[in-house]
Amino acid sequence: MNAVTKDTKATLQPFQPRLDAVKGLERTAALGALHRVGLPDRRVEEWKYTGLRFLAETPFAGPVRAYDATWAQAELQRLGVTAGVGAALARLVFVNGYYAPDLSVLPEGVSVAFFSKTGSFGPLACPDREALTALNTALAEDGAQISVPAGVDGGHVLLVSLGQAQAGAPISFHPRHSVHVAEGGKLRLTCIQGGQGRYLHNPVLEVSVAARAELNHLTIQSESDEAASLATLYAQIDERGAYNSFVLGVGAALARHEVHARLSAAHAQVHVNGAQRLRAKQHGDISSVITHAAPDCISRQTVRNVLDGQSRGVFQGKVLVERIAQKTDGYQMNQALLLSEHAEIDAKPELEIYADDVKCSHGATVGALDDDQMFYLRSRGVPEAEARQILIHAFLEEALDLIADETAHALSAHIMATRYPLSGEEA
Amino acid sequence: MPAVTETREAVEKLGQSSYKWGFETDIDMDLAPKGLNEDTIRLISARKEEPEWLLEWRLAAYHAWLQMEEPKWAKVAYPPIDYQDAHYYAAPKKKPGPKSLDEVDPELLRTYEKLGIPLHEQAMLAGVEVPEGEEARMPVAVDAVFDSVSVVTTFRKTLEEAGVIFCPISEAVKDHPDLVRKYLGSVVPTGDNFYAALNSAVFTDGSFVYVPKGVRCPMELSTYFRINARNTGQFERTLIVVEDGASVSYLEGCTAPMRDENQLHAAVVELVAMEDASIKYSTVQNWYPGDENGRGGIYNFVTKRGACRGARSKISWTQVETGSAITWKYPSCILQGEGSVGEFYSVAVTNNHQQADTGTKMIHIGRNTRSTIIAKTISAGKSDSTYRGLVRVLPKASGARNFTQCDSLLIGDQCGAHTVPYIENRNMKARIEHEATTSKISEDQLFYCRQRGLSEEDAVGLIVNGFCRDVLKELPMEFAVEAQKLLQISLEGSVG
Amino acid sequence: MTQFLDISGLCARIDADGQEKEILRGVDLSIPPGEVHAIMGPNGCGKSTLSYVLAGREDYEVTAGSVTFHGKDLLEMEPEERAAAGLFLAFQAPIELPGVNNANFLRTAVNAVRRARGQEELDAVAFLKTAREAAKALSMAPDMLKRNVNVGFSGGEKKRNEVLQMTLLQPSFAILDETDSGLDVDALRIVAEGVNRMRSPQFSALVITHHKRLLDYLKPDRIHVMAKGRIIHSGGPELAEQIDTEGYTRFLAEAA
Repeated sequence: MNAVTKDTKATLQPFQPRLDAVKGLERTAALGALHRVGLPDRRVEEWKYTGLRFLAETPFAGPVRAYDATWAQAELQRLGVTAGVGAALARLVFVNGYYAPDLSVLPEGVSVAFFSKTGSFGPLACPDREALTALNTALAEDGAQISVPAGVDGGHVLLVSLGQAQAGAPISFHPRHSVHVAEGGKLRLTCIQGGQGRYLHNPVLEVSVAARAELNHLTIQSESDEAASLATLYAQIDERGAYNSFVLGVGAALARHEVHARLSAAHAQVHVNGAQRLRAKQHGDISSVITHAAPDCISRQTVRNVLDGQSRGVFQGKVLVERIAQKTDGYQMNQALLLSEHAEIDAKPELEIYADDVKCSHGATVGALDDDQMFYLRSRGVPEAEARQILIHAFLEEALDLIADETAHALSAHIMATRYPLSGEEA
Repeated sequence: MPAVTETREAVEKLGQSSYKWGFETDIDMDLAPKGLNEDTIRLISARKEEPEWLLEWRLAAYHAWLQMEEPKWAKVAYPPIDYQDAHYYAAPKKKPGPKSLDEVDPELLRTYEKLGIPLHEQAMLAGVEVPEGEEARMPVAVDAVFDSVSVVTTFRKTLEEAGVIFCPISEAVKDHPDLVRKYLGSVVPTGDNFYAALNSAVFTDGSFVYVPKGVRCPMELSTYFRINARNTGQFERTLIVVEDGASVSYLEGCTAPMRDENQLHAAVVELVAMEDASIKYSTVQNWYPGDENGRGGIYNFVTKRGACRGARSKISWTQVETGSAITWKYPSCILQGEGSVGEFYSVAVTNNHQQADTGTKMIHIGRNTRSTIIAKTISAGKSDSTYRGLVRVLPKASGARNFTQCDSLLIGDQCGAHTVPYIENRNMKARIEHEATTSKISEDQLFYCRQRGLSEEDAVGLIVNGFCRDVLKELPMEFAVEAQKLLQISLEGSVG
Repeated sequence: MTQFLDISGLCARIDADGQEKEILRGVDLSIPPGEVHAIMGPNGCGKSTLSYVLAGREDYEVTAGSVTFHGKDLLEMEPEERAAAGLFLAFQAPIELPGVNNANFLRTAVNAVRRARGQEELDAVAFLKTAREAAKALSMAPDMLKRNVNVGFSGGEKKRNEVLQMTLLQPSFAILDETDSGLDVDALRIVAEGVNRMRSPQFSALVITHHKRLLDYLKPDRIHVMAKGRIIHSGGPELAEQIDTEGYTRFLAEAA
């Protein structure tokens, strides 16, 4: 990261009391990195479109283990975790960053450990490079460490995070999760995030997919409208492994979902798809760096944004093809629909290519609802407001259809329907 | 696979020998002492007999420059430049400026002949044999800039009759001070960026064009830039103002001798298009790229920007960039007038150790403004080439449209090709489309051409020219032919 | 030995995704001057591979055998040298060349071949006249010369464009790789007439096809059945009829 002339200490002020208490090798190293660069501002290229003023203004207290069980139960219902298709699935529920056994149902055939017990950091995250990962490393409280043995199908597991902050008492929590699918194993993982009040959810998730293993990963971000959700995800995919991910963002005042995926051996593939639907003053950022570090790998990325009110959507997607990564096949598409004259989209799809025998392309489109389509629907008797909803829904659905797993798709549809109910008969 | 290997070997063989413009001309030079300070600027201003306001303008730029840092965001790497180790003024020693070709140093004319630049009006007017199916060539008026000084401008009479002003900017400062004062720095302010500030402080010459209301410039205007003297920077400044309903097509070509050390070139070009005006600006940039080991070559740090001030005005940039060790260049359009149009067509070829970071900015301010970006990047050898472009739509630009197409072609596995577009939209009634691809020349295409009897070199040349066609067809015919040859030569062996 | 085109014991393989695949397993075939031969055979038998190997595609590795053409070792020659020597391949799936003008491409090819053959190059006027006439004879729309090579062409237009190239390049030996596929009845007749116009004692052709229909027009001198990388049966024109009604089963059984 560039040396930036600013008071790096000042950016860390909201976390200072806890940072002063940091101990341990990894944590102090991360703190050192933080002190060198501070939290990024918009002069840092990777943060050009997303500012962190939200953090500077708020003194965040550390989380407490106690939570309001009635509220938590209701929130799990709202999120579709304990209602509908979700109710049948194993779930690991974290409240304010701490594991809540009373709300959880442990999965079978899959081993689960907890960071609060093991204290072990994974090998993939880069606190030296990403300041938010450094912040997480310094302050991490708890987290799930899921591991699927070789050749085992681990089924479908929910990893749920609830944040609950009382009025006037903002908190921050920094979960440290990891998922490992061993050779030939399989797992479906859906991360669901919700909450209330003003808090910062700053998770780091390390994903390793071994040879011929497969991980289908959906993230549903439906955090409190007052919250900041700043997640960083590191994935490494081994030979012929597949990591299919999708992020759906509808919540939080400020959200960033940052993925670093590395295709580390031949014939690996990765999907880094996503959709976000924002309104009011929401700011949603979907950023990714996909590194092709081996030949014959495939990467795919489709991201769709629907932006209303004064919301701002950000898409940054870099595909890096190293010299060794011949026969790379990379495709990336970012599309945005602006519904209001005050909404904004900033997109930076980026190709950095050092191998010659590659097929890489990216595309981006920005536009409003199609007048012809609107007219067509209205001429068939559909009221304007409903016609809009139908077209918006259709636009997002084309992305959501990339969630291959039916249950995962139903979970995302539930969140969309709860937050943006469609009037009339349209499903 | 073998076809690619051969191609790559051919690229590697390609050394400096292919730079056919690398001769040096021995001319008596008037050089300012090395270094940059207020005195240098005063000296330049004095030599050019400039009015006080321009000296003040330069000094302000110099002080702004002192406060600025060299930009670091581009994907180019080079050792630190010592800005005190260059001459900021170099001019051929020739007492009063030449009034006609007869007065020009014959050595200079020979230089331009070698470059293939037709300065002789007679020869031009006589016309050249026209191949079947091609239109008769238009005469071209040429302003030739040697190191920092304009040495000759042709066809001035014809242009004057049409009301068009085409002269060295140093003359325009004296003859048309109000125009220059009004527009100079109005598109690229003195403090715009590091290199623009430097240029504003020390520019020595360049071209000035003024096309009055309703006039279609009767011929193509052309400037040829040549860096000759050792250790000189070239800082030309071009200003083109086109009034309501008027139009002009302007061509720019550049060459330099081969030298071991790097030379700095930091030009500023400002275009102003008023209502219904149209400016077509074409560049064939062939500065010395350095040798096959990356020694020498021009550092090309250029700021080019056009303002579409009037409604329905149009600015079109077309560039073929084959030269320079480093290219840092983003010809841009500020689309202010309602319904104004910006275009950027670019071919950038890098070979050996060349580095290019080039692209454009399209700033949509007015309603119904439109922009088109077509960028073709070809990387060979150990070179790195980046397309970097910004499309920004501001809240009032309802109905704005942009289409961007960026394609990269890699030849060999030691080079890099990168695409970095920035898309910023703050208007829901805008429509932006961006497409980018990266690929190599397909074995299928090569084999198909060779089966039809084409040599591999010709086949690659044909395919590359096809790849660049959407850009090349935007060039005026004279230039298009030259550009095609240049592509051929720049990638000789590898790409025809 | 015909002293024209002689293929003997030809074996070739391709490296597909890290695995070597043997495709030609000892092809023996001789075509005398002035004759049209056809190769028929089930999918995947190696017909197209044979045409690629003869034309010199580099991703196929010849592991054994020889091919002489006009008495010269064909396998030693570069693709463009084979073209200059008179070999023409009409591609099963003609390649698109974006941005490359069709007329310009044809002229470049014709002149490259003429240069190699020691003939005078054609100037733009003479070339365009010849090309327009040839295109007209193939009922091609006049604008096809102005469009980019095969880009946006329909399947039928691509095939006609191949025959147009053949007409202009004047080969002594043409391989037509499923040139009839994707053509309607009228287009098939036009293409076949184009090939028939080439027929002379100095012109031979190898026609790869699945269908008897094209052969009805072309009236081949010999028909070869290919399976599993070898010629397993050869006979006169009557074979086409037999294959059309009975299929390949009997030949495959006999060969096994």
